[in-house]
Amino acid sequence: MRALASPRTSAKPDGGTRAGRGTRRRAWQYTGVPAWIYVVAALGALFILLPLTGMVAQVNWGQFWPLVTSESSVAALGLSLKTAAASTALCIVFGVPLALLLARAQFAGQRILRALILLPLVVPPVVGGLALLYTFGRSGLIGRTLELAGISIAFSTTAVVMAQTFVALPFLVLSLEGSLRTAGQKYEAVAATLGARPGTVLRRVTLPLVLPGLISGAVLSFARSLGEFGATLTFAGSLQGVTRTLPLEIYLQRETDPDAAVALSFLLIAVAVVVVAVTYRAPRSPLRTLLSGPVAERSDAA
Amino acid sequence: MRLFTKAAAAALLVLGLAACAPATDTSPGAASTPASPAPAELSGTLNVFAAASLKGTFTELATQYEQANPKVKVSLSFDGSSTLVTQIKEGAPADVFASADKANMKKLSDAGLVQGTPADFASNVLTLVVPPGNPANIKSFADAAKAGVKLVICAPQVPCGAASQSDAKAAGLTLAPVSEELNVTSVLGKVTSGEADAGLVYVTDAKTAGAKVTAIPLGLDKPTVNLYPIAAVNTSKVPDLAQGFMDLVTGAEGQKVLSDAGFGKP
Repeated sequence: MRALASPRTSAKPDGGTRAGRGTRRRAWQYTGVPAWIYVVAALGALFILLPLTGMVAQVNWGQFWPLVTSESSVAALGLSLKTAAASTALCIVFGVPLALLLARAQFAGQRILRALILLPLVVPPVVGGLALLYTFGRSGLIGRTLELAGISIAFSTTAVVMAQTFVALPFLVLSLEGSLRTAGQKYEAVAATLGARPGTVLRRVTLPLVLPGLISGAVLSFARSLGEFGATLTFAGSLQGVTRTLPLEIYLQRETDPDAAVALSFLLIAVAVVVVAVTYRAPRSPLRTLLSGPVAERSDAA
Repeated sequence: MRLFTKAAAAALLVLGLAACAPATDTSPGAASTPASPAPAELSGTLNVFAAASLKGTFTELATQYEQANPKVKVSLSFDGSSTLVTQIKEGAPADVFASADKANMKKLSDAGLVQGTPADFASNVLTLVVPPGNPANIKSFADAAKAGVKLVICAPQVPCGAASQSDAKAAGLTLAPVSEELNVTSVLGKVTSGEADAGLVYVTDAKTAGAKVTAIPLGLDKPTVNLYPIAAVNTSKVPDLAQGFMDLVTGAEGQKVLSDAGFGKP
């Protein structure tokens, strides 16, 4: 705060006596934030933390282990991890090319494409589920043809993965497109002038450069898939071990056994926190040293 | 805050009315008072929490209640019975609670929140529904339990699912559903969208869905009957309004609306 005020005054001729040139330079890096920002930020953090604390306080710890290791809980957790991993893989497969097109290529309808891809972020998941149902459902646009070919998607684990991919894809695309834009095309251009083909540039320069963004995008997608509820319920249904993921199990348990619902909620949060914490930390330190400053900063921003 | 303002406004209104009551005594307005024997005119807002399956009927009854008592505003909240019980227990402002089963009403009375004894006001039974065209050619309950039929039912944890299980037991069938939905509306949705070959829903749901489904009676001698109880919540600030609404629901007019919608007698 004080550091913020001083450079302005010290820039004036009469202020030069207090601050030397070196300190002035450091002050100009602008790392200070007004005090009130801390207050509001703390309130914001509390707003997220307090309900979590409230829920943890409700956990019946004596019964916690039996509740989360019941047959239905284990089946739901296993299914959730499996499907979220699969949909994250799909998000990477389809999301990376999409992000590259949006960030690097120029073509007609690019803005419309971006808006469309971000659509799952703004529509309620139930609407996404309905859209999938009317497309891949038995009497849907494409589902009708698939049904004739003997392929039935609804009520299968495939449907769960599709629902999760649908809602999670924008997270990866957004995150990666941001990384690509911030990274710029300097290094790519240099590689190209040295004779690298576009494929080589992508593999050897672009992707390593945006790896932190890709990883954080993938983690976000995984987390979103893990929490998916509305689209899954609408499109895939709910059957133990097949389509009933952890969020659906929590909602169902709540009907009869609130203790179990709370225990499972805690489990879901714990899994999400562990996944995010582990994957966020792992790539950072080696890459920070490997890559130049702006890239490392981006991994924080994403 | 808004609630307080509303309450204050209502109180002022009542005071104002009381003040000019002698003057309007002989006006024609007094003579045209509705037939319902209301000793003092009811006013205020009544919050009714009702099971999702009561949406159509209770919306109609609320309108009737407001018409009979022009100073009363009925605010309706529909959801799964257990969701509503949780909300009331956590302090949601409910004056009347209408449950789709006795178990959830019991949860509320166990929590010490029910005024008096709940009254059963309707009943409901399950029926099989199939989408138009009946793709799996289902003619009976037994057909729906066959392998390869995409049958959708409620999960055993929710009232309609519990009823589905006991009906299957009564028919000597083992159901192999492709999905156990979290509420009866989802089951109906899976059938109306043509995704499922058959579903088990309440007869009232089948009636609401109209031509979008074809109902096939289960044909059981002793079907599982779900009883719908209604009770006032004892934290209510408007117990007279709550009582008035419950009288309407259990009275002749309410029973007619309910039976028109397919509900059975309690």
